[in-house]
Amino acid sequence: MTRTDALGLAADIRARRVAARAVVLSALERVRARDASLNCFTAILAESALREAQAVDAAIAAGKDPGPLAGVPFAVKNLFDVAGLTTLAGSKINAAHPPAARDATVVGRLRGAGAVLLGALNMDEYAFGFTTENSHYGPTRNPHDPTRVAGGSSGGSAAAVAGGLVPLALGSDTNGSIRVPAALCGVFGLKPTYGRLSRAGAALFGISFDHVGPLATSVRDLAAAYDVMQGPDPDDPVCAGRAPEPCLPHLGDGLRGLRIAVADGHFAARGEPEVFAAVHGVAKALGAVRRVTMPENDRARAAATIITASEGASLHMDDLKSRPMDFDPMTRDRFLAGALVPAALYVRAQRFRAWYRERVREIFGDVDVLLAPTTPFPAPRIGQETTTVDGLQVPTRPMLGLYTQPLSFIGLPVISVPVSGAGPLPLGVQLVAAPWNEAALFRIAAVLERDGVAASRIAG
Amino acid sequence: MGSPHPRGGLSPGMSASPAPSPDPGDVARYVDQVAPLLGLTIPPECREGVARNVGLLLAAGLLIGDFPVGDTETAPVFRP
Repeated sequence: MTRTDALGLAADIRARRVAARAVVLSALERVRARDASLNCFTAILAESALREAQAVDAAIAAGKDPGPLAGVPFAVKNLFDVAGLTTLAGSKINAAHPPAARDATVVGRLRGAGAVLLGALNMDEYAFGFTTENSHYGPTRNPHDPTRVAGGSSGGSAAAVAGGLVPLALGSDTNGSIRVPAALCGVFGLKPTYGRLSRAGAALFGISFDHVGPLATSVRDLAAAYDVMQGPDPDDPVCAGRAPEPCLPHLGDGLRGLRIAVADGHFAARGEPEVFAAVHGVAKALGAVRRVTMPENDRARAAATIITASEGASLHMDDLKSRPMDFDPMTRDRFLAGALVPAALYVRAQRFRAWYRERVREIFGDVDVLLAPTTPFPAPRIGQETTTVDGLQVPTRPMLGLYTQPLSFIGLPVISVPVSGAGPLPLGVQLVAAPWNEAALFRIAAVLERDGVAASRIAG
Repeated sequence: MGSPHPRGGLSPGMSASPAPSPDPGDVARYVDQVAPLLGLTIPPECREGVARNVGLLLAAGLLIGDFPVGDTETAPVFRP
């Protein structure tokens, strides 16, 4: 475990080997020392964090159980409501909004498990990007090379974890926004099944495939955070009525009975050789030799793009009409374009989505987990417009979602695992399962971590 | 959280394929005429970028437009 391991910290705090207040003080100190250069945080809640930590210490002293994440510092992408804080969602426009009246459901559940909220994290404006090059609040920098992006749109979340500022963070993922930054920063990220975790109190973007999920330095921390956030929520109409299916108790169950295959075709082309070497290394470690091809992935990306642009523009239509120049130049033209998509195209894209879901469902009839790269290349430089891949010059930013977008499009659960020994910059591999089978992903991720094939990379 | 991007194409895979894309002049005229009808004022400095992105979205539409999806039912579930 790393020095920032969440469950390790919680165990020390519960056993009174260290006070939660001391852990939070030290985390705040790290944030102050390192965030000036990384630019992960848009709000630091020092006062309330210390108050919450003291409450955890008092509960333990009184013989009460403050929860499995007792005293663990965490931070959240600034699109999650935090009581008393204005929810920016990466925008300047929302900075004039009143503070949120209460916590987003998942923030409340983490706090209810004893975790201590340190603050809110940078992101692409309204989650419309893969790089966290935010013009209002500045770019978040990759902790492994500050000239490079952290990925996005949950870039502040991934960089805060990879920079050792917090052991745990929350992000959201519509087309890859948890998985891309997790991979580029070298940490674990989970995008659960669509509808598994409540989105209540999270600013939405593409309502048909908005997901929320955790980023962490270890598989067991990822599972612990996921487990306490599960469960129905009447405040989110998309959240399923399923009872929690805890994954932490099953991390040691191994690979028995799991059928694992490598995703071929779309997921085996148009990336740097090191990306496919990473997938090969993971497949070899798992004994996965079978290859399967999901059909029509470029059309899946096209349909996802139409739906995202239409739904995103629709959510911001009033501001697009009245104050377009207050949008980030990085998102403005795309939001305005989304407002001009004919409705028939949007409906066609939804029909294609249903068709694609059925084809992929057939594949999962005799496979449990697919392996695919997370991104086609490691973290690009901040401001890098184009990248050469496979001899072709391509636009850097949209290309980052090449392998993530078709999977979130149909709500499949995915863990991006950071691969060991990838080179100077981190890379991730996606473990992809059928809907509601997060448990299989966690079992495989735990084996890869145990065997040293996957490991988070914490800078400094 | 994704393409299209004002400074880049929708998808290299799509642009590398023989998929059709709409005429840029037609797209610019579409933007100029439809935006005001929807109450949108496209700032002059955004006109080119918006048109490029509308072009990418319409090209994406062409890619899925004639693809046979059968009798898929996608009505949103609405319970009164």
